[in-house]
Amino acid sequence: MQLIHCPWCGPREEVEFHYGGQAELAYPERPAELSDQDWAEYVFYRDNPKGPFAERWSHNAGCRRWFTAVRDTRTYRFLGTAKPGEPLPVTQQREARV
Amino acid sequence: MSRVHGYGRVETGRTLTFTFDGRTYTGHPGDTLASALLANGVHLVGSSVKLGRPHGISAAWTEDATALVQIERPFPEPMLQATTVELVDGLVARGLRGQGRLASLADPARYDRQHTHTDTLVIGAGPAGLLAALAAARAGEDVVLVDDRSCAGGALTGTEVVDGRPALEFVADVVEELARLGVRHLQRTTAFGQYDDGFVLALQRRTDHLGAAAPAHRGRQRVHRIRALKVVVATGAQERPIVFADNDRPGIMLAASARDYLHRYGVLAGREVVVFTSDDAAYAAALDLAGAGSEVTLLDVRDAPPREWAARAADAGVAVHASAVVTGTEGEQRVRAVLARTVDGGIRLPADLLLVSGGWNPVVHLFSHARGALAYDPELGSFRPTSSLPGVTAIGAANGTLDLAGVLRDGAGPDAPVAGPEPARTPTGIVWRTEGDPDRQFVDIQRDATVTDIGRAVGAGLRSVEHVKRYTTIGTAHDQGKTSGVLASGITAELLGARIEDLGTTTYRPPYTPVAFAALAGRSRGELFDPVRTTPLHEWHVAAGAVFEDVGQWKRPRYYPRPGEDMDTAVLRECAATRSGVGILDGSTLGKIDVQGPDAGVLLDRLYTNMMSTLKVGRVRYGVLCGNDGMVLDDGTVLRIDEHRYLLTTTTGGAATVLDWMEEWLQTEWPELRVHLTSVTEQWSVFPVVGPRSREVVGEVFADLDVGNDAFPFMAWRDTTLDGVPVRVARISFSGELAYEVNVCSWYAPALWTRLLAAGQRHGITPYGTETMHVLRAEKGYPIIGQDTDGTVSPQDLGMSWVVSKKKDDFVGKRSFSRPENHNPLRKQFVSLLPVDGRTRLPEGSQIVELCDDGLPEPPVPMLGHVTSSYHSAELARPFALALVKNGRARIGELVDVPVDGALVRALIGDTVLVDPEGARRDG
Amino acid sequence: MNDVTTAPGADLPEHPDFLWRNPEPKKNYDVVIIGGGGHGLATAHYLAKNHGITNVAVLEKGWLAGGNMARNTTLIRSNYLWDESAAIYEHALKLWEGLEDDLGYPILFSQRGVLNLAHTEQDIRDSVRRVEANKLNGIDAEWLGPDEVKRICPIINTSGDIRYPVRGATYQPRAGIAKHDYVAWGFARRVDEAGVDLIQDCEVTGFTVDGDRVTGVRTSRGDIGCGTVALCAAGHTSVLLDELGVRTPLQSHPLQALVSELLEPVHPTIVMSNAVHVYVSQAHKGELVMGAGVDSYNGYGQRGAFHIIERQMAAAVELFPVFARAHLLRSWAGIVDVTPDASPIVGHTPYENVFVNAGWGTGGFKATPGLGWCFAHTIAHGQPHPYVAPFSLDRFTTGALVDEHGAAAVAH
Repeated sequence: MQLIHCPWCGPREEVEFHYGGQAELAYPERPAELSDQDWAEYVFYRDNPKGPFAERWSHNAGCRRWFTAVRDTRTYRFLGTAKPGEPLPVTQQREARV
Repeated sequence: MSRVHGYGRVETGRTLTFTFDGRTYTGHPGDTLASALLANGVHLVGSSVKLGRPHGISAAWTEDATALVQIERPFPEPMLQATTVELVDGLVARGLRGQGRLASLADPARYDRQHTHTDTLVIGAGPAGLLAALAAARAGEDVVLVDDRSCAGGALTGTEVVDGRPALEFVADVVEELARLGVRHLQRTTAFGQYDDGFVLALQRRTDHLGAAAPAHRGRQRVHRIRALKVVVATGAQERPIVFADNDRPGIMLAASARDYLHRYGVLAGREVVVFTSDDAAYAAALDLAGAGSEVTLLDVRDAPPREWAARAADAGVAVHASAVVTGTEGEQRVRAVLARTVDGGIRLPADLLLVSGGWNPVVHLFSHARGALAYDPELGSFRPTSSLPGVTAIGAANGTLDLAGVLRDGAGPDAPVAGPEPARTPTGIVWRTEGDPDRQFVDIQRDATVTDIGRAVGAGLRSVEHVKRYTTIGTAHDQGKTSGVLASGITAELLGARIEDLGTTTYRPPYTPVAFAALAGRSRGELFDPVRTTPLHEWHVAAGAVFEDVGQWKRPRYYPRPGEDMDTAVLRECAATRSGVGILDGSTLGKIDVQGPDAGVLLDRLYTNMMSTLKVGRVRYGVLCGNDGMVLDDGTVLRIDEHRYLLTTTTGGAATVLDWMEEWLQTEWPELRVHLTSVTEQWSVFPVVGPRSREVVGEVFADLDVGNDAFPFMAWRDTTLDGVPVRVARISFSGELAYEVNVCSWYAPALWTRLLAAGQRHGITPYGTETMHVLRAEKGYPIIGQDTDGTVSPQDLGMSWVVSKKKDDFVGKRSFSRPENHNPLRKQFVSLLPVDGRTRLPEGSQIVELCDDGLPEPPVPMLGHVTSSYHSAELARPFALALVKNGRARIGELVDVPVDGALVRALIGDTVLVDPEGARRDG
Repeated sequence: MNDVTTAPGADLPEHPDFLWRNPEPKKNYDVVIIGGGGHGLATAHYLAKNHGITNVAVLEKGWLAGGNMARNTTLIRSNYLWDESAAIYEHALKLWEGLEDDLGYPILFSQRGVLNLAHTEQDIRDSVRRVEANKLNGIDAEWLGPDEVKRICPIINTSGDIRYPVRGATYQPRAGIAKHDYVAWGFARRVDEAGVDLIQDCEVTGFTVDGDRVTGVRTSRGDIGCGTVALCAAGHTSVLLDELGVRTPLQSHPLQALVSELLEPVHPTIVMSNAVHVYVSQAHKGELVMGAGVDSYNGYGQRGAFHIIERQMAAAVELFPVFARAHLLRSWAGIVDVTPDASPIVGHTPYENVFVNAGWGTGGFKATPGLGWCFAHTIAHGQPHPYVAPFSLDRFTTGALVDEHGAAAVAH
C-alpha cells in the first residue's frame, strides 16, 4: 500500500492511481510497415524485470494525469516519479517522504 | 476463589455475572474472561484439536495458546482468546475444541474505518512507547499512540519504580501529558498490519467492553488506516516457553502472565507453584506469587542462578534449584505435580501451577510485515530487527531490550526517567526443550504437534523450516505460532545439527491478531458496497413502477410493467407502441465526452476506425473504437459542435474506460495534440423520442425548431431553447425509426421529460426501458458492444467494414486487421438466427452446432458460435436472435441446430437487419 | 468426518516417514526442469511414468513447492469457455480424479462443486454461454437459478437486499479442492523414488548457450549440463528468459489469499463471483480460504496491498452475511505470471532444446497434473502435446488468442 508521489499533486494514496505498465513504449511510426512479429511485440510484449522498472501511472482519482515512475518490483518502492517528457527518474534517489 | 486482597485493578465493588460451559460465575469490571475464570478456580477451558487433551490458560494476553472460547452471547463470535475477552455482564461463552461456530444470523453491529495522517505513530503504550510518544509530542510532532490493552503501561506490573515513584503513577502522568499535548491516544486498539510507506492498520474495539451500556450509535469496531511519516514499533516481547513432556496441561502458564494476573486482576493463579526458568524475569514472578501467599519452588536451568535474585528468593522462602529441568507433569484437568531432574536426581513436586520462562521473543511482527529484516540474536535466543527500515524503528523489548532502565532509554533517550534499582540481568539460558518423551513434548500446543513430529519431518528429508511447519502444522493454528515459532526453529536446528541462524524462522504475515471480516468490510456493504448511480429521473421511474437493471453502477429502468404484465408482455407492448406511435427512453446513462481543442479532429481520427475530422458542424457520425489488438472496444455517436469541438457518446458501461483510454493516448503518446477531454455524462440528460409520431411530439415541444427532414435531416443535430433553457436535439436512431435524441442540462431533466410526455400524450407516448431498446436495435441488427461482442470481435466480424476507413493511413487497431488470424475464414461473424418453429426464443448464450439429424453426437461436439441476443419481436410476430457464427455471412440461408434444454432447436442463419432493411422509416 | 467425537483436523492424514533425498547435483542430466513447484514436479512425474525419462533434475531456488504451490487456494475446476482451455483443464480434472491412487498419497481431493455466480443480465448470458459450451465439450455444467443456488449453498444471500443480487450461477459438481502440500509432496516423493534428483536452494543464474541450444545451466550450486531445459518457474519465467534474450508477453503480479480460523462446517461448496470479486471455500480443517484479486502492478515481492483484502472482505460479507464475525487469521501473496489473453504459454522457445511453461495466472494449481502430463509429452517428443499446442507463443503474432479474459470481462 504505497504513498505515491504524483508529480502534480504530491503524495497520494495508491488507491487513487491506475497502473499503466511499462513506460516509454512509443507507438510505432508506421505500423503498416511492421512485421506481424514486431507489431505483436508492440501490442503484447512488455518487459517484466525483477528490480527497477520504468512504468506509467495515472492519478486517475486525482488530477487524471499520467506520469512516469521508476519502481523496484522486488520491494514495490518507488524510486522516483516524473512528468511525461521529463527524463526518467532512474538516477534519482528516493525523496524523503514529505 | 483465587482473588487476593490488595492486588489488582479490577473494580471489586461491582459484580458481573457470566456463564462459561453452562455454569454461572461472577467477576468484576476490569476482568478478562480468563482472569475471571482463574479467579473462580477454573483452569480447564477447552481441549486440543487432535488428541482431545485438556487445555487451560497459558498466558494473560494475546500470546495465550490454549484458552480458545466460543462467545454465544451477546452475539455468537467464533474462536476468541479468553485472555483478551473483556468481561461484561451476561457474557455467555464456552470452551472450544478446534472449531468455532458462526452465527446463523447476520451481525447487527456496525463497523467503520477512519483515515489518519500523522507525523509519528507509536505502537505500544508500554514504557518505551509512552516515552517515545511523549518525546515526539514535546518536539511538536503530530502523534498517534495505539495500544492493544485496556490501559497504558505495557508490561509494567506496578511494582516497579520510575523516577522515584510507583511505575503506574509515572504512566498516569505521561498519559495525562500526552492528552494535554493533543496526542491521539487509543487503547484497545491493535495495530495488526504494517504496509509500505508508514501505512499501519489498527483495529479499535469500541463497544464490547461496555456491554449493555454501549451507546447504540457507536460502531462496534473501527479500523484505523494510519499513514505516518515515522512508525515506532514498541510492541514489547512475549515470553518464550520451554518444551517438556506434558507441557500442555491446564495450570501451566508463562511466568510473567501469572504476575500479570496477580497485579492487574488480583488473581493468584495457584497456591502450590513451581517456576521453571532459564531467565531472570521469572524470579520476579516467583517472588510476587510468594508474597501473595503461594508456596513457590523455582527450578533454574542454568548452573549459576542470578545471585541477587537467588538471595531475594531465599529471603522470601522460595527454594531455588540450579541446574534443574522439568521432565514431565502429572494431572488431568489441571497440573497436580511437576517431575523434575535436579542435581540431586529426579524429584516430584506437588503443584497446582507451573510457571515457565525460557526467555523472550521480541514482538517483531509489525516490523517484519513491512519487510524489516530479522536476525537471530544468540543472547536473546530469538529473532530481532537488524536492518533499519526507512521510517520505522523498533524500540524497547520489541528490539530486544529487556531491562527497564534500557527500555526507558530506548523510549526517551539520554534524559530518560530513572528506573528504580533492580537486579542486573544475567544471560538467559537458551533451552528449547528438556529431556523426556518427545511424543509428549508439545511444541505447538494448539496443533498437538510434538518434538516427535519435528523428528519425523526431519527424518522424511525436510530441511526447511517452512517444510517442517507444513509437515507438522506447527504455527498454523489460531495463534500463528506466537509462542511456538522460534521453538520450532530451534528444535528443528537441533535435530538437523544445523544452526538456527541459518535455518531462520517462518514468515510473519498480517494480521498480528485475528480481525473480524466485518471490521475489514466496514461500511462497504449493501448500498455502500459500490456506488449506486441514478439518473435525474430516477424518482419518476420508481413512481412509474419501473423494474430496474444493474448496468455497471447505474440503475436503469428495464421495463415499465402495467398491472398484470410480465416482462415479455410489457416489452411487446413498449416495442409495438414505439414502432407504431412514439416511445421515450431515459438514455441519460450514455457516456458523454466533450472533446475540445484545435487538434480534436486529429485525435479522433487516430482513435476511431472511421474519419471524424471530415464531419461537418451540425452533423453526427457513428464511430467504432478498437484496441491495439483490433478488437472492438466501444462504439457511439460523435457530434461535431464546432470546428474545435466534438461531443462523443459511449456505451453506458464503457464511459469511464473510454475516457481513461483516450486520456492515456492523448497524454502519453500524443501530448503535442491540443485537446482537452471532459466527461459530461452527468451534465447532460438524454431522452430519445422514438417512433413515427416523434416528429409531432418534438415539434410541439420545441416550437422554434424546424423538425422537418430537409431542415433537420437524419444524423444532424440542432440547438434550440425551451423557456430559455438550452436544449440540443439530434436525429440519431438506435431503432431504425424516426427519432430525436433530446439533450438537456440535467437540472432541467425532470421538467423536460414531463413536457415531452405531456406533448406525447395524445400520441400515446410510451416510456420504454432498456429491454425494449435492446429489442428495437436488435431488429435492426445494431450490436451492443459487450453483449454481442466479447473482446474477440473485430469491426469486420460485425459486418461493419463500412465503418473502417480505407483512406486513413492508420488508426488504433488498424495494423492488427492484417494479422493472419483476422483473415481466418472461420472467424465468427455477426448474423441473425430465426428459429424455424417460429415459437422458440433461443436462450441468450446458447451454443450453435451443425445440423444433427440423429441428435447430438458424443462430446466433444464442435461449436459454430453462440447466441448473443434473443428476443420476441412484436414487429415480426416471432422470436429472433443475433449470433456470432463461424463464417456466418457465407452461410446465410443455411440451417443450424441449437441445443436448448436437452433438445435441438433448428434455426435459420440470416442477415442481421430484420426490420425495415431498406431504412425507409428513419425519416418518418 | 461422521464421527462426532473426532475433532476436526484430526482427520488430516499423516505424511509418510520418508519423502525425498536431498542429493548433490550431478554434472549432467537429460532433462533439467527449472522450478520445483507443482508444475515442475508433475512434469518430472509424467516424464518418468509415461516416457521412462528419469535422468532428470528439478532445480528449486528455495524450498520445494514453496512458491505459488504453497500459496494458492487449491481450486480445481474445468468449466472454461473456450475449447482449448476446456480441453487442458478437463484433462487435468480427469487426472485429479485418479491422482490419489497414482501417487499413493492422500491428496484430499474433495469434489464439492463450484458455483460461479451471476449478478447481471450480461453475467447470465456469459454463464449460459459457458455452460452450453461445457456440455458440448463433455464437461459437467449446469445453470442454476437463485433458489437452486441457495439449496446448494444455503449461506449465500440470494435476497434482493444486496448491491448486486445473485441472479443465478453456473455449477460444476466435479470441481473441488485438494490439499496443496500433499499434492506437491505426493509428486515429489514419486519423482524421488523414480530416481529424479530434487535439488533445493539451487537458483538458476544463467545458461550456457551453443548456437540455438542451451548446453547447461549455471546455478547457485554449480554448473549443470543438460540435454533439454524445461521452464516451470511461473512468476520468475521472465527473469530466466531474459538471461536467454527471449521476450515473452508475461507480466508478474502479486496475488493475495487469506484464511480464517477453523470453523464448524458452514460452506459446502466453492463460490466464485467475478462481479462481487469473491472466491471462497471451506477447507478440510474448517478454515475459510479466500482468494483476492490480482494486484494491479508488477511485483515480485510476495506481498500485496491491503485495500485489496479489505475489498475482498466487504464482498465476502456482502454475499455471506454469516461471515461477519469470522476472523482474518493470515494473509499472504504469490506471484502470478499473466498473459494478455489470460491463457498460458506452453511449448517451443527460439532455443531448440528449451521448452517454456508459464503464464497460468490464477489457473496453475488446477492444471497441475494435466500440464505435467502434456509438458512431459512435449519434452519427450520435442513437439507440443495437442492439448497445449494452442498455447504457443506465436499466437500473439498471428492473433489466434485464447481470450479467456475477453470472454469473462465484458462491458455493457
